[in-house]
This record gives sequence, structure tokens and C-alpha cells, in this order.
Amino acid sequence: MSEFTAALVATVREACVRRSGTDAVAACADGGWNAELWAALEQIGVTTLSVPEELGGAGGDVAATVAVLEVLGEYSAGVPLAETALLAGRLIADCGGTVPSGPMTAAVTGPELRTRREDAGLSVQGTLARVPWARNAHHVAVLDNGRVLLLGRGDFLLRQGTNLAGEPRDDLEVDAVLPASQVYEPPADSPISARALRSRAALARAALMVGAGRQALELAVAYAGEREQFGRPIAKFQAVQQHLAAMAGEVLLAKGAVEAAALAVDTQGDADVAVAAAKVVAGQMAGVVASLAHQIHGAIGYTEEHSLRHSTTRLWAWRDESGNEDEWSEVLGRRALSAGTGGLWPLLTGTR
Amino acid sequence: MDLWSLEPVALAAELDVLRADVRAFLAEELSAGRIASHCDQWLGGWDHAFSRRLGERGWIGMAFPARYGGSAAGALARFVVTEELLAAGAPVAAHWIADRQSGPGLLKFGTDEQKRAFLPGIARGECFFAAGMSEPDTGSDLASVRTRGSRVEGGWRLSGTKVWASGAHRAHAMITLARTEPRTADRHAGLTQFIVELPDPAVRIRPILLLTGEHHFNEVVLDDVFVPDARVLGEPGSGWHQVTSELAMERSGPERVLSTFPLLALAMDHLAEHGDRASAARIGAVVGRMWALRQLSLAVAGRLEAGAAPAVEAAVVKDLGTRFESVVIDTVRLLSQVVPDPGSGERLSRMLAESILHSPGFTLRGGTNEILRGVVAKELGVR
Ligand SMILES: Cc1cc2nc3c(=O)[nH]c(=O)nc-3n(C[C@H](O)[C@H](O)[C@H](O)COP(=O)(O)OP(=O)(O)OC[C@H]3O[C@@H](n4cnc5c(N)ncnc54)[C@H](O)[C@@H]3O)c2cc1C
Repeated sequence: MSEFTAALVATVREACVRRSGTDAVAACADGGWNAELWAALEQIGVTTLSVPEELGGAGGDVAATVAVLEVLGEYSAGVPLAETALLAGRLIADCGGTVPSGPMTAAVTGPELRTRREDAGLSVQGTLARVPWARNAHHVAVLDNGRVLLLGRGDFLLRQGTNLAGEPRDDLEVDAVLPASQVYEPPADSPISARALRSRAALARAALMVGAGRQALELAVAYAGEREQFGRPIAKFQAVQQHLAAMAGEVLLAKGAVEAAALAVDTQGDADVAVAAAKVVAGQMAGVVASLAHQIHGAIGYTEEHSLRHSTTRLWAWRDESGNEDEWSEVLGRRALSAGTGGLWPLLTGTR
Repeated sequence: MDLWSLEPVALAAELDVLRADVRAFLAEELSAGRIASHCDQWLGGWDHAFSRRLGERGWIGMAFPARYGGSAAGALARFVVTEELLAAGAPVAAHWIADRQSGPGLLKFGTDEQKRAFLPGIARGECFFAAGMSEPDTGSDLASVRTRGSRVEGGWRLSGTKVWASGAHRAHAMITLARTEPRTADRHAGLTQFIVELPDPAVRIRPILLLTGEHHFNEVVLDDVFVPDARVLGEPGSGWHQVTSELAMERSGPERVLSTFPLLALAMDHLAEHGDRASAARIGAVVGRMWALRQLSLAVAGRLEAGAAPAVEAAVVKDLGTRFESVVIDTVRLLSQVVPDPGSGERLSRMLAESILHSPGFTLRGGTNEILRGVVAKELGVR
């Protein structure tokens, strides 16, 4: 990790300790967002990481963004940083647009969204499902067949929904005529595609999962040291120790994969295999870590009052968002099958 | 250095050149029929001549300085060479222990005379080593070894029995762990490593056959064998420290992930023909995890290159990697529907059989997975 990134991560961690402690997270549950933390992150200047400075972003690479997301995941931070920086911010910047200030989110059009040219601009009608943090976003960047539409608060009606962790996942009923200033046409050599967007979203979720996994592990280690049964801390039982070690292994593997994938995105042309692999192992980790963390906590961990749920419900939610293990495995499997016997090793090592 | 500060490694471009060289050499060896691809070849593939050809190219003892016959190329260069050899299923068993642990151990703890005596031969692929640690009553609890070393004029006399000594019947020396002082409250004190040169009339080596009937490891009876002072490795009494300092190297390498890779690769063409959507996802799950495990193993090599001894990280690689090696087998077995048969004319069937029959060793050799998770638990502060 570069010194710059390390310093950034330390500052973000400090902000999280102050503003995303257990009480703050509990207060933000069920769709509430952490406005104070967001303000602090804006102050630090990380909310548009990976977006070039000349386009209004904070600069930095994907590795730095992923490092910050890991910390936010650890603190169950109720802020749309992944959506603002890696998704909406990058979509706008990749069109050469200057990113607006404030929290943002992003979506991809499906068959339910129709567009039509009119004199006054581009008419957009239809629905966008389960848009993360839409209710808190000042803008929604919509990837629509290669171009990017920027929706403002007045351009849609919103039906609130949440994921397993209570984070906002809202349905939008769009009915707007967008002026040219809200429609970004991509340049000829644009890197924009639905696949690239989904890949960035998957990497972001995987990074958040690594953070949540670390937190679940840390809670389990602490609890195992405190809880006594049969006259000693349960951490003294080898079965419990082996559970904890298995959790640590899964988290370390997922963390290594996410950070190696971020490095691949920053340095290599083709990082598809890396990102897919990172999302697959992060998803595998989520299942193992959440279930063992609960096992070690016993009944108390299964309560609303206990903070373990903030991490485990996020692990369960995020593993299914932006493509679950099976979806990304299939992507990898197809690549492997078409590479064949002779091509599998070059595929794995990213070499020819 | 804590567990969580492990950093990903991007291999330098010059290593691509090295990789391409190794790959071209292996393609030539395979197509000329000089070697054949099998699983778990770092255990089972003993081929003197192939080791010598690798030695000629400078691909053994890469960690040694030039004056001892090596190239001082570093841990990452060695990583690239070994992973290419393993992925190709090449027969590397003959020099494996010497290259991976005995050589580096000699380099770190040996005298100049010892280094001159052994390292150039190791690097040429001509001098092979065995590891004499386990005993009939000593497995996971290595500090309990009973082989005794007693001081005599000019050296030591060793008596005891070692078991599971891989390749001892063909090795030129065995690094032997023995107790040289009575046991005290500090169970790790009083152990010493000796270089026992082989063959020796006072050393009886008897095969212990694997369940496949293969002769891989041995019982080695040391019957009052004389070891001169010049063949004590390191300081008498610091054997424990020396043995454990090799663990990061011994446990983190790509061989802890790739033992069954040749099977997975071979299965690709078969499954591309016979598989469906569901099988693509199951193959991808394995491929994704393998990609991640390789990155983790590479990250540990990065730390070794920087001079650290990341033993806990290595334990994680070995625990996850060796369990994964069997997941590969099960995935191929269930998706291909090929019946494993060592005598089959079908390569996939044969390789599947080989892998299954070698699988019990994956999670035992070099420290069992239960012990490895104990190492990790200790790092977490709960042991
Ligand atoms: C293919 C192969 C090659 C080998 N080559 C060599 C070699 O070249 N040189 C050499 O010296 N040795 C060699 N070994 C031996 C190897 O190091 C031992 O098998 C290993 O250390 C385990 O010892 P053991 O087999 O005696 O099992 P044991 O230690 O008896 O263990 C049996 C079972 O008990 C479990 N167990 C033991 N202690 C604990 C504990 N504290 N907590 C929880 N569970 C525990 C183990 O995990 C295992 O499941 C080789 C082994 C194999 C399989």
C-alpha cells in the first residue's frame, strides 16, 4: 500500500471510529443513512476516489478506493461511497463530464425503461429496480446503451425498499424530459459498458465484504475470549479455535483476492478474471464467516441488540448483489472452458 | 507484521521472460516425450535426469548466491519457475526437498565448508536431500523426537528411528533432527540438526509403501551412526529454531495449491465437450478460488523476497490450499462422470485415479491442517 493510501485509510478509519460506532450504525439501521459520516468523508475528500481530479474527482487509483471501502465495510458505514465514486462518478467522468457534488448512485437501464427524442430533450419513462441509496442520492447516473443519463431528484418517484441489512435499495418510477446537459454521450474510445460497470460494482461489494468479514471475525475473537463456559473462556476450546482460524483464512484469502484484483484493474488491460475471482471468493467467505461468527456467539449474537448482525446481514446481502458466486463462477467457467486444457494456466496467471 | 498487512504482488516484467523460457523448455520436454505430465509430481515424480536438465538452466537453487552455484534470483523468480513446473505436472521430486528447504537451511545456518560441499551439487540437480524429522512416536508434536545425539571424540553418535522420510533411499544426505540434551521444561531446547550423509553402513533404510504400492517414503534406522562435528548444522541446541524458520518457505509455496492442477487442466477439454451451464459455474468456482489462492501464495513469496518469515500467512496458504486440492478432484470427478481407474487407457481416468490415491497426503505432509489452524488461532490471540 502506498504511503498516500495508508494515510487516507488511517484518516477514514478515524472518521469511522468517531461517527460509525455501534450506536450510530444502529441508529442508521433500516434505511437510515449516516449523514455525519458522509460529511466527514467529503471533508477528507474521498467520496469521488478514482475519478480524475480534472473532472471534479478526488483522483487516486482503484487500489486506494478498495482500501477505503474495506474500512467502510468494517464499520458497517451507511454511506454510498462505492456508488458515488466507482459507479456514478466514473460513468460521468468516462464520458468526459464533470462530476456534480453530493452523494450519487448508479443504475443500468433494462427493458422497463424507454427513451424517446423530443424537442425539449430526451424523454425517459419507466422503472429502475433496487437502486442502492437512491433516496439519499442527489443524482442517479443511468447507463443507457452506452450513454449516461443524469437524473435529478425531481426526475422520478421513489418507492422505498431495503436489502437484508436494511440498506436502501429503492425502486424508481422515472418520468422526465432530460435537457442535453443531463445526457452524456460517450467519446469514441469510451471504456463504458454495462459489463465494466457491473465488474466495478462487484469489486466494490467484494471490498466491502472483506471489511464486514474482518469485523465479524474480530467480534468473534473478542467474544470467545470473554464468554466463559465449563469454567473457562470458550476460546480455550480447540473446536472454537479451529472455527476462528477457518474464518481468518477465508477473510485473508478474500482480502488478498480483492486487493490483487484492484491492482490488476490499475495495471492491466484485462482484469475480468481477477474481479470475477475476487467476487467469487468474497461470496464464499461471506457464507463461512457469517455462519461461524454466529455459531461462536451463541444465542446472544442472534439478537437485534447485538452488533454482530450489522456485519453478518451485510455479508449476506452483498454476496448476492452485483452478481453472486454462481453468476461470476459461470463467467469464469466459460472463460476456462474456452481456454481449454492448454489455455487454463495462461488464463490463471494472466500470461500468454 | 500482522496478518492483515499482506500486500498483493505484481510480478515484474522481466519475470515474464523467465516464465516464457521455462514454458518453452517444458513444452519441448513434453512433446519430445522426455517427461510426462502427472499430478502431485513434487512427491511422486523422481527423475534424476530431468533435475539435472533444470540444474543446467539455473532453475534449481535459485536462492543461492553465485559462489555456491546459484543465481541469487530471489523468491519471486523461484516462485515463477516452480509454479510453471507444477502446472505442467513435471517430475520435480528428486531435487524438491533440497531446493525448497535443505538448501536454504544450509545457506542460512551452515558453515562455509558445508555450503561449498552441498550447495553447488544441489543447484546442478545432482545432490538430493531427505528430511528426517518424524518418528514412530513423533508426528505433529515434533519437539518430542527421541532420536538421540551423544557427544563423542570429533563428533556425535546418533541413534533412533525416523519414519516417512521422503526419498531417503535415493538421497545423498538427510538432515536429521535429534535430541542432544535431556528434556527440560523448555521442550524446544536441546534439539540439534545433523547432516547425515548417505549411504552409511550404520543407517538402515527400509521402504514404507504408499497405499498405491509406490515406494516414496522410508523408515530410516540410525544405529549409532557417527556424524563428525563438521556435519552439525548450525548451533547444537538450536535445532528447533532452525526447523521452524523453514516453515514459511515449506508451507506457502505453489505446491500447496497446485498438486492437482494438471487434472483440472486436462479436464477442461473434456468438459468443454460434455459440460452444460451448471458445470461452467462449478468449474468457475474452482478456477476463481485457485486464482485467489495463487495470489495469496504469491503475496507470501513477496514477503519472503523482502526478507520476512511469514509463518502464519504460510499456514493459511497451506490450510486453504491443500483442502482445495481435493475440491479440484471432486469437481472433476462429479462433472466429468469419468470413472477413476489407474489402469485405464484414458488419461483423464488415470489422472483422476492418481489424484484420489494421493489425496490423503495433501493435508498431512508438512504439518496437518489441524496444526496449521492452531498456528493461526495463536496469531489471533486465542491460544
Ligand atoms: C506424503 C508424506 C510425506 C512425508 N514426508 C516426510 C518427510 O520427508 N520427512 C518427515 O520427517 N516427515 C514426513 N512426513 C510426515 C509428516 O510430517 C507427518 O505425517 C505429519 O507431521 C503428521 O504426523 P503424524 O502422521 O504422525 O500424525 P499425528 O501427529 O499422529 O496426527 C494424527 C491426527 O491427529 C491430529 N492431531 C495431532 N495433534 C493434534 C492437536 N494438537 N490438535 C488437533 N489435532 C491434532 C492431526 O491433525 C491428525 O489429524 C510425510 C508425510 C506424508 C503424508
